[in-house]
Amino acid sequence: MHNFDFVKPASIADAVKAMGHDGAQALSGGQTLIPTMKQRLAAPTVLVSLTGISEMKGVCMGEGGLHIGAATPHAVVAAEAGAVYPALAALAAGIGDPAVRSKGTIGGSLANNDPAACYPSAVLASGATVVTNRRKIAADDYFQGMFTTALDEGEIITEVVFPIPQKAAYVKFNQPASRFALTGVFVAKYPGGVRVAVTGASASGVFRWAEAEAALSANFAAGAIAGLTVDASGMIGDLHGTQAYRANLVKVLTGRAVTAAG
Amino acid sequence: MTKVSMTVNGRAVSAETEGRTLLSAYLREGLRLTGTHVGCDTSQCGACVVHVDGKPVKSCTVFAQDVAGADVRTIEGMANADGSLGVIQQAFQDHHGLQCGFCTPGMVMSAAALLAENPKPTEHEVRHYLEGNICRCTGYHNIVKAVMAASGQDVSALAAE
Amino acid sequence: MPKDHGIGASSKRREDVRFLTGKGTYTDDMNIAGQTYAVMVRSSVAHGRIVSVGTSAAEGMPGVLAVFTGEDFAAVGGNPAGWLINSRDGTPMREPKRPVLAHGKVRHVGDAYAAVIAETYQQAKDAAQAIADASVIEELPAVVNMAEAVANASNRVHDEIPDNLCFDWGWIEDNRAKVDAAIKSAPHVTTLELVNNRLVPNAMEPRASIGEYFPGTGDYKLTTTSQNPHLTRLLVAAFVMGIPENKLQVVAPDVGGGFGSKIYHYGEEALVLAAAKKLARPVRWTAERSESFLTDAHGRDHVTKIELASDKEGNFIAFRTETLANVGAYLSNFSTATPTFLHGTLMSGPYKVPNVYVNVKTVFTNTAPVDAYRGAGRPEATYSLERVIDKMCRELGLDPFEVRRKNLLTPDQFPYQSPVGLMYDTGNYQATLDKVCEMADVAGFEKRRAASAAKGKLRGMGLSTWIEACGIAPSNLVGVLGSRVGLYDAATVRVNATGNLSVMVGAHSHGQGHETVFAQIVADKLGVPESSVEIVHGDTARIPFGMGSYGSRSLAVCGTAMDKALDKIIAKGKKIAAHMLEAAEGDITFGDGKFSVAGTDKAKTFGEIAFSAYVPHNYPLETLEPGLEETAFYDPANFTYPAGAYICEVEVDEGTGKVDVVAFHCADDFGNIMNPMIVEGQVHGGVGQGIGQALCEFTTYDENGQLLTGSYMDYAMPRAEDVPFYNVDYSCQTPCTHNPLGVKGCGEAGAIGSPPAVVNAVIDALQRGGHTHVTHIDMPVSPSRVWTAMNA
Repeated sequence: MHNFDFVKPASIADAVKAMGHDGAQALSGGQTLIPTMKQRLAAPTVLVSLTGISEMKGVCMGEGGLHIGAATPHAVVAAEAGAVYPALAALAAGIGDPAVRSKGTIGGSLANNDPAACYPSAVLASGATVVTNRRKIAADDYFQGMFTTALDEGEIITEVVFPIPQKAAYVKFNQPASRFALTGVFVAKYPGGVRVAVTGASASGVFRWAEAEAALSANFAAGAIAGLTVDASGMIGDLHGTQAYRANLVKVLTGRAVTAAG
Repeated sequence: MTKVSMTVNGRAVSAETEGRTLLSAYLREGLRLTGTHVGCDTSQCGACVVHVDGKPVKSCTVFAQDVAGADVRTIEGMANADGSLGVIQQAFQDHHGLQCGFCTPGMVMSAAALLAENPKPTEHEVRHYLEGNICRCTGYHNIVKAVMAASGQDVSALAAE
Repeated sequence: MPKDHGIGASSKRREDVRFLTGKGTYTDDMNIAGQTYAVMVRSSVAHGRIVSVGTSAAEGMPGVLAVFTGEDFAAVGGNPAGWLINSRDGTPMREPKRPVLAHGKVRHVGDAYAAVIAETYQQAKDAAQAIADASVIEELPAVVNMAEAVANASNRVHDEIPDNLCFDWGWIEDNRAKVDAAIKSAPHVTTLELVNNRLVPNAMEPRASIGEYFPGTGDYKLTTTSQNPHLTRLLVAAFVMGIPENKLQVVAPDVGGGFGSKIYHYGEEALVLAAAKKLARPVRWTAERSESFLTDAHGRDHVTKIELASDKEGNFIAFRTETLANVGAYLSNFSTATPTFLHGTLMSGPYKVPNVYVNVKTVFTNTAPVDAYRGAGRPEATYSLERVIDKMCRELGLDPFEVRRKNLLTPDQFPYQSPVGLMYDTGNYQATLDKVCEMADVAGFEKRRAASAAKGKLRGMGLSTWIEACGIAPSNLVGVLGSRVGLYDAATVRVNATGNLSVMVGAHSHGQGHETVFAQIVADKLGVPESSVEIVHGDTARIPFGMGSYGSRSLAVCGTAMDKALDKIIAKGKKIAAHMLEAAEGDITFGDGKFSVAGTDKAKTFGEIAFSAYVPHNYPLETLEPGLEETAFYDPANFTYPAGAYICEVEVDEGTGKVDVVAFHCADDFGNIMNPMIVEGQVHGGVGQGIGQALCEFTTYDENGQLLTGSYMDYAMPRAEDVPFYNVDYSCQTPCTHNPLGVKGCGEAGAIGSPPAVVNAVIDALQRGGHTHVTHIDMPVSPSRVWTAMNA
């Protein structure tokens, strides 16, 4: 790993200032960034830790729904979000492993936007709002393809606001080695309709499955999607699963998520 | 170089670090606490698990400077005050939960974190909790058994043998 | 009551205490004054001509002390192959030199062509990167696929080997015509083409080596992650470096698993020694996990076509196999034995089958070297047989349990000369098959299947019966087969003056628990407490010249050497007792830790004899030497032949193709058991690895020779959630007939017997679930593969 200066600001304002250095990179839980730096695929000159900023941590109900501070570790979301948004808590409880969940954060996951990460599906399916030090970004505008987001250089996610659905569930099928999602489907039913977001499957990153949303909005039952098919051509095909296999998983897991949501 | 201080196994310690010094290196090289092992570079194997402020973390995926001031516990801090094996350690010996011993420190630290959260885990809960700890020797049978035994459960009927 | 000490007791492992408290000493845990750090510069291409090595880029970089390239080792020897195999036409195998650092060409991704030594690890790492960036390597087309490698003569891993073939081996060539004729005239022939998937051993401790040089004496010391320090010393000193063997000490301290991958000598060991001499400072190197993936010897990687000829009732008539076996870019030390004598000789399995012929073509490719990995050749043989037998049963509408039962050798047939060269000494294969059927409640399967169906899962049951030849190995036999070393072992028993014992053994424990089990045997035999026995291993300066641990040999070979040394101790003790008790030597008996004069109450305790041996104030020195220390070497008369029967039950999720192993039963015959707890642990571990091979482990190179599964992000190691509790039994015991302990070895069993049981169970589940077109899926039977097969 290349060396760097490590800074740990205590406020968002100081973090924003630190991010102004050339070659600065924000560090949240580090569970993806640090392995990447070990491989010398990332070589920041200044690493700005966001884990010492108390205003970026915590889970609470507020305007627009459940507010989760961007530097809140998965384990805290798993423990504290369950009462109001059990599907989200369950998703957080299934990311990585316990040690990863102690450190990894929702903000880090969303900023990285790994195409196989779990959180993007919850954010997209919930129509959540990604709040940064500069603005509020709707989930539908935030995700822009694998490892690509609406964030500008130096922009820091500070919190995420999730509207609470009537019913929801996340079903994940593990990639057997990494334990990331080979495919994961988050289904959320709101008064205005059902949203279905899929992670892990598409070469374009997390996406909404519009046909399923329409079918499930009309009839929220696993059988409602029986007649649908998923186009395999845009799916990821790799040694863990062919394109056709992932397309199948999207449908199977959507059905299971609907059943789990009840 | 920056001096980083923290509490390790109840003792105030400090050592010089670079920005890139990982907690695992701080412990192994800085403090010569070599019980914490490094078995991979992708945060997968779990041989390096220690507790930071009571939570399990992979010490190869945390910078030492990021946990300055923290309360850290490693495998070297798991024995009883008189030096005898702690409950989890003793269960691993009693149930042959280790062979080569390399993954063992991480396994014990993860097991301790589990039992702190969930004092009587089921077999499934133990297996699920150990998802981030890889063992190549034991086939996990006796590790799972040891963790359940350490929780005070009767493991004699877990598998006919 | 189970025994609480000595042979047969589940004595708790004494080594656990240090491992459980963080006080083990693995190579990388050591901290040596003045130490420096080596980092290897590794090829990023699979095949390339080295145009220039950018060593000047490292000059003047902070902390850099020395840089080595292949040129520095051009004059020393190569890392040799341990077995000479001849092709069917009698010509010897092709043996390209395997240099310490690549010279001229790089031949696989990760092939080291330079090394940097620096004051710190990070400095060495930075300099290695600079050298890599400044080096010019002209990339050549990679040879990856074995079939293409032998077909495309223009693209060569080694320029001097035109067809990329190491050898084309027939076993037994004299059987060939008879086997061909038997298959031609057989009422039924089942053919199966299969892949035995390439595996990365993945001992959890990455390889590490520390070289030291002592200018005052000219002595070298190598501390390294080895399963066999004496063999490593022999290879490094005599074959590669040209150091007198007695000037090199090799220490293998606590070693975090091996599974075969740490048997072999690797170039880094020679590099740190050469560097230590040049700098007169200790030089250490520890692999990152990514280097382990790229450079540890891999396992398996066979592509096989097997034919099984039978009558319509399923009586076996002949087996014939054709295999392409990958050896990778260079010959690792045991690589030529693994696909041949550890594979072909087992191709009649536990069955009475008169006609067997095995053909193996071993192929060079631009991939990491392939060598023995837990089971080594025997899992490949067992998998081929057990899969084709199930396929035959399906084709003929026969019951796989009954077909195996009627083809198994029967107890009255031992000793049994197999058609592929081995003499099985003893066994009772029906007993283990009956036992496993009872353990698995085969009769209750239908009820369990219905319960699974109610949950929406397909359930299947798979059987495999297996045998192996282990306790490796009789030197005279392996010598005939091409081995360039002997495979005896050795032990020295030193009784100290105060009566406690230091026992120095050639076997090496890297998880097996020798420090406990060997002490149990000594204690049992001498009637002393286990706690008074210390087992010393892993240091060539302290132990006799033994051959280390692999091939389930530690107890059968080294344990026997120890047993024989103990016999000598007792014999010497009798002489001493006769002198002390003024009796005839022939009248002295030994038992319960006492030397007694037969028919009297005169006796001396073991401790009194020991003390006397070192305080020989009135010894008749012309007939009685002082001291009580004996060494024995033991070379076995035959291999040992453990065997067993395994049943696996799986559930398959039709929606996702995911397979869950829901039950696994093992009935094994390991002969006599020294420590049941440890035997069970060995079986658990082997089965865990076998389930890994069957369900998730997968080593893939792309067409350019890049390793796609080069980290735990893509190479799926089995986790605790992927396996069940295993049901293990070892009560069917036919003791080995040719070693005094009656032991056979248990280390590899689980990895041999389990993969076919898992795959047979998956195919059974799919067949019962109506997917009758699925007759085979190659390992790993991953969710994607299972789903794709179901929906083909």
